[in-house]
Parts: sequence; C-alpha cells; structure tokens
Amino acid sequence: MTDQPKPPQGHNDLPEPVVRQRRRFSASAIWLVPVLAALVGLSLVINAWVQAGPTISVSFQTASGLEAGKTPVKYKNVVIGKVTSIRLSKDRSHVITRISLEKNAESFATKDTRFWVVRPRIGLGGVSGIDTLLSGAFIGADVGESKEPEDEFTGLETPPAITHGAPGKSFALHSDDLGSLDIGSPVYFRRIQVGRVASYQLDRDGKGVSVQIFIDSPNDGFVTKSSRFWNASGVDVQLGANGLKLNTQSLATVLAGGVAFQDPLGPHDATPAAEDAQFQLFNDQATAMAPPDGEPRYIRMRFDHSLRGLAIDAPVEFQGINIGRVVSINLDYDEKAQRFPLVVGAVVYPQRLGRVHDKLVAIAQARGEDADLAQMMGKLVEHGLRAQARSGNLLTGQLYIALDFIPNAPKVDFDINARPMQIPTAPGSFDKLQEQLGVIVDKVQKIPFDSIGKHLDQTLADLDGTLKQVNGQVLPEFHNTLKGAQQTLGTANNALSSDSPLQQNLGATMQELQRAARSLRVLTDYLGGHPEALIRGRKADPAPPKPTPVDTPTPPPSGQSQPKGSKP
Amino acid sequence: MSSLPRAHELGLIGCHVCGLVCRDVPDLHDAACPRCGAALHRRKLGSFVRTWALLIAAFFFYIPANVLPIMRTVSLGDVDDNTILSGVVELWVKGSPDLAVIVFTASIVVPMLKFLAMSLLLITAHRRTAWAQRQRAKLYRLVEFIGYWSMLDVFVVALLTALVQFGILSLVEPLPGVVFFGLTVVLTMLASMSFDPRLIWDSKETHD
Repeated sequence: MTDQPKPPQGHNDLPEPVVRQRRRFSASAIWLVPVLAALVGLSLVINAWVQAGPTISVSFQTASGLEAGKTPVKYKNVVIGKVTSIRLSKDRSHVITRISLEKNAESFATKDTRFWVVRPRIGLGGVSGIDTLLSGAFIGADVGESKEPEDEFTGLETPPAITHGAPGKSFALHSDDLGSLDIGSPVYFRRIQVGRVASYQLDRDGKGVSVQIFIDSPNDGFVTKSSRFWNASGVDVQLGANGLKLNTQSLATVLAGGVAFQDPLGPHDATPAAEDAQFQLFNDQATAMAPPDGEPRYIRMRFDHSLRGLAIDAPVEFQGINIGRVVSINLDYDEKAQRFPLVVGAVVYPQRLGRVHDKLVAIAQARGEDADLAQMMGKLVEHGLRAQARSGNLLTGQLYIALDFIPNAPKVDFDINARPMQIPTAPGSFDKLQEQLGVIVDKVQKIPFDSIGKHLDQTLADLDGTLKQVNGQVLPEFHNTLKGAQQTLGTANNALSSDSPLQQNLGATMQELQRAARSLRVLTDYLGGHPEALIRGRKADPAPPKPTPVDTPTPPPSGQSQPKGSKP
Repeated sequence: MSSLPRAHELGLIGCHVCGLVCRDVPDLHDAACPRCGAALHRRKLGSFVRTWALLIAAFFFYIPANVLPIMRTVSLGDVDDNTILSGVVELWVKGSPDLAVIVFTASIVVPMLKFLAMSLLLITAHRRTAWAQRQRAKLYRLVEFIGYWSMLDVFVVALLTALVQFGILSLVEPLPGVVFFGLTVVLTMLASMSFDPRLIWDSKETHD
C-alpha cells in the first residue's frame, strides 16, 4: 500500500457516474430489526411471567426417583408442574422439593392438596406405577375443596386410595384391630369389589382402630343403615355337623385382606347410609350377621374350686344359648376359709336372649318394677339360677360357664346394687363327677390287694407242685399209652390192607349176601305170583315156559286178586 | 501510512460491485456506476446504524437462545431438555471434555467474542481513532471468517433431529432455543457484513 503510486491529479479520462432516479429506503428502517427482536424477547418474558404459576414446597421422606429440573408433577396424568430443586431439611429428617406449578394449576396450591411420589409398586393387591419404570418417578397430585392458599405441603408416602371428587361415598368402620387390612384393601359386596380401604388410624384412646373405606358409585347405594361389615381376610374354616366348610372371599383377600358387607337377613332398615356413617367392623361374617348384641353387661362369679380349662373368651351360656363370654379370671384369697377362690368376670349381652329378654322386661314393667337387669337377675337367682363351670369337651377338658337353674340350690343373698353383678355359683356337673370318681377310687383303695396277693402266691406255689407231679408221673404213663395206641393202629392198618384175610372174608361175605338177596327177590316174585304157596307149599315146577317171551313172567292167572305190596 | 490520500480527496470513486473507478461527483445520492449500474457511494451507506441495529437485535436473540432449551432427548421414556450451557456441562460431566470445549467455544465463546469485537470496531471506527488500525482490520477479517462456524450448534441439532428418530428407544427434538440461536448467528453475520472496514482507516489525523 505504501509503495502505491499516486494517481494522476487530472483524471479527465475517467468516466462520469450516471445519475439515476432511485427509490431509497431510509437507513433508519434497519432499526426495525432490533425493535422486532426486542419485541420477541419481551413477549417471551411476558409469556414466561404470565405462565409462571405459584412455587410450592413439598416435603418427602426420601427423594428416591426424584430429579431436580426434571421430575414432573402430574394430575390425572397431565403435567401441571415440575420439581425445580431438591434439598435436605435443616434437621436432615426429610427432603424438601421445590415445585413450580404452571399458571393454570394455581388451584393446586391450596390447603388440602395432596402430593405423593408415583413409583412402581408391587403389592399383594396388584402392581401399580409400572409406567414409571421407564419414565422415572413423578409426583402425583390430588386437589381438594379448599380455596385457602398454601405453599408448604407434606407429601404422602403412599398414593391415596381415593382421588378427590371420585363418585361414591366414604364410611368409617370401627374395629378392635386392623387385622390384615391395608390401604387399598378391597371392599366386597356379594363378592364383587365395590370399594377399598382409604385409610386407617388408631383411635385417640388407643382402644380401637378406625378404618375409612370408600365405596364407588353407584354401588355406594348398597350400604344401608343396617349394613354389617366384617373382615373378610383369611380363611374361615368351620367343622360342623354338616362337615367341613371352607369360606373365603377371594384369593387376594386370603393374602391381602379385605372387607365385606351385607345387609342382615329379614326385615331391616334399607335406607342408604349417609356419607361418613359409622359402622362396626366384625371379625367374621357369622358375628356380623348375628342380631345386634345390645349393651354389654358385666357379671362376676366366685368359684371355690379349680377352673383348669376355663379360658378367656370361653362362652357363657344360658340354657344352652351363648349369651356372653368370659373376660377375666383372677385368683382371690379368702382369709376366713383359708382358700383361694377364683373370680371370673364375664360380659353378657341380655339382648341375645331375644324375646325372652323382651318378655322379662314386659313382665317386670307390668309388675311396676324397675326393668333393670339386676332386678330381674335377683328374681332368677331367687328361683335357683346359679353359675356353673361345666365341661364343654371331655377330651380337652375345656370349661364354659353355664347359667342354669339348680334345683334345691341353697339360698344365697343377691345384692342387686353390686356392680358388676355377683352371680352365685354352684359346683359344676364335672365337679360332681369328680366327687363320684373320688368315691369309686376310695372303694377301690379299700380292696385288700395285699392279702389277695398273698393268696395268689400260695396258689401259684401249689400249682407248681402239681405241675411237678404231672411231669414226673403222668407224662411217662402217657408215653406208654401212646406206644400202645401206635401198636393198635399198626394192627388195624394190617387188618384193613387189601390182601388181608379180613378183606377176603369181607368180599366173600358180600358175595354171599348178594346171592342171598337174589334168592330173596326170587322168593318175593314167586310169592307175589303165588301167595298161596305160603300155606300150600310150592307146586311142582310147571313145564318149561314157551320159548317166545322168555323173560316175561307168565301173567298170574288171577291178576285181579294179587294183593298190593304183600310181603311175607 | 496515514499520509496516504483518500479516494474522495482525489475526486475519485470506485464501484463496489465491478470495481470501476470513476470521477467523484458532489451529489452522490443518485449516482450509479456507468458500467454495471450499481449505486455508487464513498462508504457503505448507513454502515454504523445498520451494524449497530443488527448487532443489538442479535444480542436480544442471544438471551433466549441461552435461556431456552435447544434440544430434547428422549431415550426410553426419559425426557431430557438441554440448554446450550447444560449440554456443555453434561458433556463435561459425562467424560467428553474435548467435545464440551468445542461446543462451548462454538456456541458461547465465539458469539460473545463477535459481540465484543464488533462493538469494539464500531466504537473505535466511530471515534475515528488511529489506534491499532491494522490489528482492528485483522480482527474484522477474523470475525468475518469465524462467523459461519457459530452455526455448529444449529447443525448438530438439525443432524441429530434428522438421524435419531427411533421412536420409543431414542428421539431428538429441536426446541425453540435453537431458532433463537440460529437468528443470533445470522444477525451477527449480517452485522459484520454491513460493517464497512474502510471506516477503520478514516482516522481523524488524516481527516482534517
């Protein structure tokens, strides 16, 4: 560039530019480009700002499967937000996830929204969340009714059994224990699954369990005010007079547990139960379908004898009808008698007596008395009602308590104000049997086994002497006798052989006898033809018979006069 | 070298298109090359304004290009959205630092350098300073040269999108970020094109 020669000053030989009228855009029109870019950027910002929903934080026990910036939050499988960050809580007991919800999911930032992590789960009731095996876990959400805004949530560890707004009704069941029920356990009506267990918790006093169940619409109408619920878990085996009976709901319930319900037979209140109605959860179908027990009453009995074989839950029967069960057996000490009586507590359900109870109440009221059970019981005790521990099974020795009328029972005082009621007792039938057995044993003991033994010994000694005698004297004699018999038998054998003279003689004798028989027949024939020969003797032989009928005997001349069967 | 005369000082003007030198006329507004008919002007018209405007627009697009994800990778149901920076980080973490450096250079360093270099050129040219004129000229040529290579990211996304389409197994989808990135690259290239390097030499010292 530096060595470039200077162009000549005079450049007249250079061409002139031509002048042309052209339309030109203003140079400042280029500013439209950045303005456009700014507008685009601005629209992006505004869009993001408008679309940004609330940010909430949800705490979980573990962040397993969660990933910041990636894990979506889904409601009905529609993405409504995303996990933006995951961090530990200050006390390291749980993890806190920050979730930015979308604008249209603002309603999820309200008080009763529930969040849970959807992971693949394999349980006895089935497999769920299998799609998350590939896509990774996501956070499920379920919104409630509340409008109150909230941005701090505690995530559920298991998915809720019921999503909000599902058609159906929920009910509360009360039970002594949970059995094998779990969240999601099925609820059956006529062995068709119509709902499931939504949640359960211990009662505040710890004395029972409350189970919330949810029955899907339209089957929720089958839950009536008088429906009975029972725990359908496991196998119900009944061994009765009809044989072995096995009762289960379904294989799944056998393993995973379940609840079944049904209306009681007979007339009952069939109006559908209201939402959140309370029911009792019975242990099995039989108990559930039994008529209601009514109010339980506690009674107490003192037994002076051992109650081996009486167990808690042993039945209390009145005239053979189960009206309650034993709840406690305690040992007591009676200072005066220096004995240890047993105090048995039992709970009875007077309503199990059914019409009897009603009648008794009616009678008591007719008399103008208080229809209190203690009053009535007092009357019954006066008439000989006593409690007895009876043997229910002789093999196992199990006892039950029987309330029965004992004839000629000694009178006792009955305190109608005592709580619990004190029912007088009587020795049980088995105790009597034991007494009788004792008497028998006494009698057996009186048998002089010693002298019997001595006598027996003496007898045996005598027998020994006798046997010696037999060995010494009788047996040689017997031997001789046998020899003699052997000889005799040999002789007899000889005599009977085919070539013996006896045999020969016997043959000859037999021939003789044959001949004699023949001549006798001839004689008889002759006498048949000539009976007169008996008297007149035999005639001279007639001329030899004609040659033609050689064998035919000559017909008798006077055939008609021949006597029948005449014998000499 | 600053003593060298300018063409208009000598009453000359060159055609941008065919290179024909003709006599300068005072009113250049409607002048055209007598040979090829292209418009004649001493310097590119509105070079400053145009370059600035395009550069600013490119910068505006550069923000969403970096903030928005440029690519979605779906493999076995695992959805992964990546911005330019997160892609670089992922490459680095997953054991390809060389690739990470390349992508980082092409997608982050080069555009940023272009913004800085163009701004520097524009400001210095506007102030007609004589500082480091040769180096500035070289810088301009460098910017012009590497401008195309910034499209690397866009090409990567385009290629992957076209090649990786295995349904549920693996899937790559472009996301809006890549559009903004492409716009940024195109606009910076246009900006550097609209800059007249001769402005570098129009220093005050020679122009009294």
